Amino acid sequence: MVSYIWLFLISIGIIFSFFTGNLDTINDSILTNGNKALELMLSILPIIVLWTGIMKIAEESGLLKRFAKLVEPLLSKLFPSVPKDNKALGYIASNIAANMMGLGSAATPFGLKAMSELQKINSKKNTASTAMITFLVLNTAGVTIVPTTVLALRIAHGSANPSEIILPGVIATFCSSLGGLLLDYFIRKRRNNK
Amino acid sequence: MNTFSKIIIPVFIIFVIFYGFSKKINIYDAFLEGAKEGLIISFNIFPSIIAMVFAINIFLDSNFIYKFLGVLSPLLNVINIPLEIMPMALLRPISGTASLAIMNDIFINFGPDSYIGRLASVLQGCTDTTIYVLALYFSSIGVKKIRYSLGVGLFADLVGITVAFLITMLFF
Repeated sequence: MVSYIWLFLISIGIIFSFFTGNLDTINDSILTNGNKALELMLSILPIIVLWTGIMKIAEESGLLKRFAKLVEPLLSKLFPSVPKDNKALGYIASNIAANMMGLGSAATPFGLKAMSELQKINSKKNTASTAMITFLVLNTAGVTIVPTTVLALRIAHGSANPSEIILPGVIATFCSSLGGLLLDYFIRKRRNNK
Repeated sequence: MNTFSKIIIPVFIIFVIFYGFSKKINIYDAFLEGAKEGLIISFNIFPSIIAMVFAINIFLDSNFIYKFLGVLSPLLNVINIPLEIMPMALLRPISGTASLAIMNDIFINFGPDSYIGRLASVLQGCTDTTIYVLALYFSSIGVKKIRYSLGVGLFADLVGITVAFLITMLFF
């Protein structure tokens, strides 16, 4: 999938500038954007490292687990097809907790474990279960409270108030989760009625 | 409103550290261990950042998207959406690194505190890369029929992106 996008971006870019006689710009772009990538990397690296450090404390002290326990009752309502004591709910809770704290990469292992637990109770193994779909909607809409990379880049580019986008971001991400969950709920309901 | 945005990180950090301390874990060692993991994560994403910054810059510098979307610009002007944000809104559900690279470009050209800079920030934070996540999670357990998941995921993205536009206009 990403291969297609990559191919599309590069080929369209080069072919289009070939036809519009814009080749100087493209040559400049190719030769200088390695630096851009390095600058981008260097500006987000310290925050990622700092934040994973802080979150390791949250993980080892059991704070993340406690937080996950807090959202678990809510989850059993969202996943009626999953038994209440199923391990999947715990993994889903941890995945959401990690996502909220802006730890996308730490969230992935929990998410993969949740999927394999859900697969165990899935009746048709090659087909997505309703619980899986609900989980992925929740995951991709991703409620993020601390968008670490965004903050890091804003700081690197000299923002006067880097964190001012947190609250608007929380509201937007909340709406997208809610929208996705509602649509998912209605689709499930309609299929059950049939 | 602004205060909430400002205090959440410091409050969160002090809470985490005190909680860890009260549970008698070695907070400093835990931090170092996590930081080391963060360093490894950063090194692992570096190749994809190089790849995406490369492709995105060629694409944006060719002006293709602006010529192509130029027809839309009168309409976008009316609803106060800058043309330069469109590539990012379109690529956000597909690749997080691609939209990150575009956001970086927007910050370089317009600054993070400009209207479009704030818009890009909210947009980047508000959804995840739906298509990538679906592909990764479903392929990990061998599910081939993904049913209505892509539709619902993209719908959630659309809601998020729309709200991001609205809320940036309201807030700033």
